[in-house]
Amino acid sequence: MSTTESPASGIGPVEGASLYTPDNPAPLIEPPRARTKKTPKSTRGNFEMVAWLFMRLSGVVLVVLVLGHLLIQLVLDGGVSKIGFAFVAGRWASPFWQVWDLAMLWLAMLHGANGLRTVINDYAERTNTRLWLKGLLYTATVFTILLGTLVIFTFDPNIR
Amino acid sequence: MATPVMEKNDSAPEPGFADSPYITVTFRVRRFNPEVAAEATWEDFQLEIDPKERVLDALHKIKWDLDGSLTFRRSCAHGICGSDAMRINGKNRLACKTLIKDLSPEKPITVEPIKGLTVLKDLVVDMEPFFQAYRDVMPFLITKDTNEPTRERLQSAEDRERFDDTTKCILCAACTSSCPVFWNDGQYFGPAAIVNAHRFIFDSRDEAGEQRLEILNDRDGVWRCRTTFNCTDACPRGIEVTKAIAEVKRALITRRF
Repeated sequence: MSTTESPASGIGPVEGASLYTPDNPAPLIEPPRARTKKTPKSTRGNFEMVAWLFMRLSGVVLVVLVLGHLLIQLVLDGGVSKIGFAFVAGRWASPFWQVWDLAMLWLAMLHGANGLRTVINDYAERTNTRLWLKGLLYTATVFTILLGTLVIFTFDPNIR
Repeated sequence: MATPVMEKNDSAPEPGFADSPYITVTFRVRRFNPEVAAEATWEDFQLEIDPKERVLDALHKIKWDLDGSLTFRRSCAHGICGSDAMRINGKNRLACKTLIKDLSPEKPITVEPIKGLTVLKDLVVDMEPFFQAYRDVMPFLITKDTNEPTRERLQSAEDRERFDDTTKCILCAACTSSCPVFWNDGQYFGPAAIVNAHRFIFDSRDEAGEQRLEILNDRDGVWRCRTTFNCTDACPRGIEVTKAIAEVKRALITRRF
């Protein structure tokens, strides 16, 4: 193997003058993603498995709930134009629709929040970004779920 | 220099020789030398080469005849040692198993180091995080019986068949470094480690399957798999990697409930 010819690469000489000497060594390349004894942290619990299972099961239930919801609200009985205060009040007079909407609210919010949690885990690279995004996500989720639940249970058809 | 090329391939073909097998191919190689520049750059090499040759032969030609500073790993050069996994035309492959004619050689062929691991020089990456994840799943036979075995540990053909697919792994890191989840922070165990855990979890002779499942039942274990199938596409040994990961998930669920 001949290395006497100087490479026509512009990358630099293989042998000969180097930019660095033993006293002035090349900068050390820090591995940006080393696994150490401390990372990844062992979580010792089934949370990830339960979350994974929840996504599958709630997905199946949501297909029925959401498609049924859309069908009733937008297609049957004159379509979207029928929706008004009276229509909602009439539906929520029945415990069946209360339970339906409550289940849909909780499942959809938790399903969506868990999905976004995995997206943040996969895409946010810095710990701080991750922390803030997840904080925002959990706040929004809890707020929406609580507000929705409150409205379903305390809905007053005789308001005003 | 132990590549099985015939002597006549080393000399350039006669110009105008009608049925010459040689074609001109541009190789666009990702170069990085931390002693010269902080950034990696692309460099083009034009070669007269037989399209039935492999990418590894082209890299050899570049290193031996054009630029001796080109750095890459290869050992057996026959798809067994798993040293020369690299990203060729945007897909992780073994350079020694990829024929140039299969890469549409009329366009420049890009050759990069595998992603997600620190590049040390040119196509050489630091494999330590990869092997760390491999060691973490305890890829060796564990039995509760601590005495020296007095006879062979026998196994039926069906029991052996159960994990046959995952015994084929050569630890080339093509799968792990094609995984978008691994690219993020490198804390995910990665397909290769899970494949090698699968090989022992489903081995009837092994008795630490529960321990390995517990290790993979982690935040960065099998549940981070998003089933993108990049690993299955990348595996040069044709292991159904995503299926193996799914089997570990299923084992975790069925053994817990």
